[in-house]
Amino acid sequence: MSGFQSNNGVIRWIEHRMPIFSFLDHSVGSEYPSPKNLSYLWNFGSLAGITLVIMIATGILLAMQYTAHVDHAFESVERIMRDVNYGWLIRYIHMNGASFFFIVVYIHIFRGLYYGSYKAPRELLWMLGVVILLLMMATAFMGYVLPWGQMSFWGAKVITNLFSAIPFFGETIVVWLWGGFTVDNPTLNRFFALHYLLPFVIVGVVILHIWALHRFGSNNPVGIDTKGPQDKIPFHPYYTVKDAFGLGVFLVFFAAVVFYIPNYMGHADNYIPANPLSTPAHIVPEWYFLPFYAILRAITFDIGIPFTGVVIIEAKLGGVIAMFGAIAVLFILPWLDRSPVRSGRFRPIFRIFFVLLFIDAIVLGYAGSQPAEGLWLAIAQVSTAYYFAYFLIILPLLSVFETPKPLPTSISEPVLRGGGGTLAGAPAKPMEKA
Amino acid sequence: MRKGFLFGLAALAAVSGGLTAAPQSVQAAGEGVPVPKFDWTFSGIFGTYDRAAAQRGLQVYREVCAGCHSLDYIAFRNLADLGYSEDEIKAMAAEAIVVDGPNDEGEMFEREGLPFDYFPAPFPNEKAAAFANNGAAPPDLSLMTKARGAGPDYLKALMGHGYEDQVSEDVLQEIFTLETDKRVQAYELALEEYQHKLEVYEDKVADGIEANRPTEPEQPLPVESIEDLGLSDGLSFNAYFPGYGIAMAMPLFEDGVEYADGTPATVEQMAYDVSNFLMWTAEPTLEERKGMGIKVLIFLIVFTGILYAAKRKVWADVH
Repeated sequence: MSGFQSNNGVIRWIEHRMPIFSFLDHSVGSEYPSPKNLSYLWNFGSLAGITLVIMIATGILLAMQYTAHVDHAFESVERIMRDVNYGWLIRYIHMNGASFFFIVVYIHIFRGLYYGSYKAPRELLWMLGVVILLLMMATAFMGYVLPWGQMSFWGAKVITNLFSAIPFFGETIVVWLWGGFTVDNPTLNRFFALHYLLPFVIVGVVILHIWALHRFGSNNPVGIDTKGPQDKIPFHPYYTVKDAFGLGVFLVFFAAVVFYIPNYMGHADNYIPANPLSTPAHIVPEWYFLPFYAILRAITFDIGIPFTGVVIIEAKLGGVIAMFGAIAVLFILPWLDRSPVRSGRFRPIFRIFFVLLFIDAIVLGYAGSQPAEGLWLAIAQVSTAYYFAYFLIILPLLSVFETPKPLPTSISEPVLRGGGGTLAGAPAKPMEKA
Repeated sequence: MRKGFLFGLAALAAVSGGLTAAPQSVQAAGEGVPVPKFDWTFSGIFGTYDRAAAQRGLQVYREVCAGCHSLDYIAFRNLADLGYSEDEIKAMAAEAIVVDGPNDEGEMFEREGLPFDYFPAPFPNEKAAAFANNGAAPPDLSLMTKARGAGPDYLKALMGHGYEDQVSEDVLQEIFTLETDKRVQAYELALEEYQHKLEVYEDKVADGIEANRPTEPEQPLPVESIEDLGLSDGLSFNAYFPGYGIAMAMPLFEDGVEYADGTPATVEQMAYDVSNFLMWTAEPTLEERKGMGIKVLIFLIVFTGILYAAKRKVWADVH
């Protein structure tokens, strides 16, 4: 049924009984056609997948040496750093890998936002991606608690306490989450269990994400559908080699941080063992949560019926709703942006608002790192307002009022300047060696 | 295609540079004067520990700090990293009395320390440590350089440049200005609040409602001396300690130790040496890490170059 061939007898024997080689060839090989005009921004999907594998591999090694107990967790991490062979390397990779995972995924998301990768027929693909983001955030948060330093403990306390804002059941839910009446050993134990479990859930959703991707293939910088074989090239070898090169560049950045500034993205307070009796001066989450932290703290006012003093949503609950809303709004994004044009390249007004959104996210991140008072609070509030306005007001209005630039008739048109292309749909090369 | 790549790189740099700078700035934004930067042999890509300094630092730790501060994560065997021979390590460990057991009769017993033993703590537990030190237990020093934002710079500044007898007039004036400004700001805020409260009060009085007249905030006095900072009793002034009041009295004095290698034991020298030692206790694998980093980076850069060439070759017929 497929064009898969091999000269290797063993491969043919296996393939006949379990067609795994043709499956791979269809998934990431020469039988998977991809648009020929993907830019380097399309590298970040495979990079995220590879980073996930790095995190799972180093995480399993760490779990073999780690002790999930409030009396031993901090010490066991220091033993990994000092007495386990290359333990320092494995831990620094895992620790910084979390940051790099978010860097890669945030770029991947902004790429999707700019090129309209969330639009039909890729809505489910996009929504599965948002699920992955949510799972990543939960996993990263629980992982940060495991070393049981000061920021681990107080971060866990602040974030779990958010659930107490839920009306009626809040306090009960928090006690249930903690497994006790404060963040303590049961909390650490369940966080470890979940921190080990969730990455495999992420793997599952990633498989669904890739499955949904393969239904219609990658979007592309022009944002129009591929019109035929002349617009496509096989994934292997074109994108395998391009992704490999991108991975090399990524690893250079990654290694530079792991080997030379491994604690730069961390917080010094987390090298102080957790002490429930001493609160750090500033409780700050890891950098990748800062934009959401800023949104959480931006809601400093009760929401109610004006002039009556009736409070419907208290400020704390409002902040929690806004923070989760910041992600929830991504779920319905495909139905907020109704413009039929996918790529921001052909949407002159959209482009401006998109750049503002990117700046907005960075400003939110910075505001999240500052104490929530005075000027930075005001900036965080304005930025939060813009974040939601972008999705809930600007995109729906632009779908109606913006006049997009004319679209090219095919992908080949902008790629092959001057028209002449000798490559007619680069015939799939048979797999020579496994 | 090239443009897309540059954009990808720029995005990577923007996100990693812009956002990751943020958590650092929180520490920088903390109150107080900036910690001065010192030269360390272990900084930079090729950094290694100054073993002579670290050995002297160990001596300072054992003779000065160890009276109050534990060093829980360091075993005597680890000292081999600093260039001590096996016999020297055995001799040093033997000076410690370690409680071991239970033996075959079920009794705990005391014995001489051995290389695999960890440095003995000065107090049996944190309560005892706090009790002996005016209620504030001296922290363990193993990770101190990594547990403070400014790291070894902070430690050296704290011990060698921060106490009343050591601090320079410039730094002192900087602190006084800073603190005076803070007080003025706090006063202005309080005044604003007071005026608001006063209006409310006057409205109430006008309406015939009983109310307490708010008290007017007092004009702050400028900070002109260390006494003006109003540190609590039992705390020593230190320019680099958050809040300026530190429970640890000045630990280092000229010729407080007699260095085995004959180096004059000035306060600054001892502060430098012990900071070197404590950087090693916090990050004993630093040299291995930096040495491996160079090889890894060289490999990755060359390999990435090869991958780029492969990519160009494979894509030659598409462009």
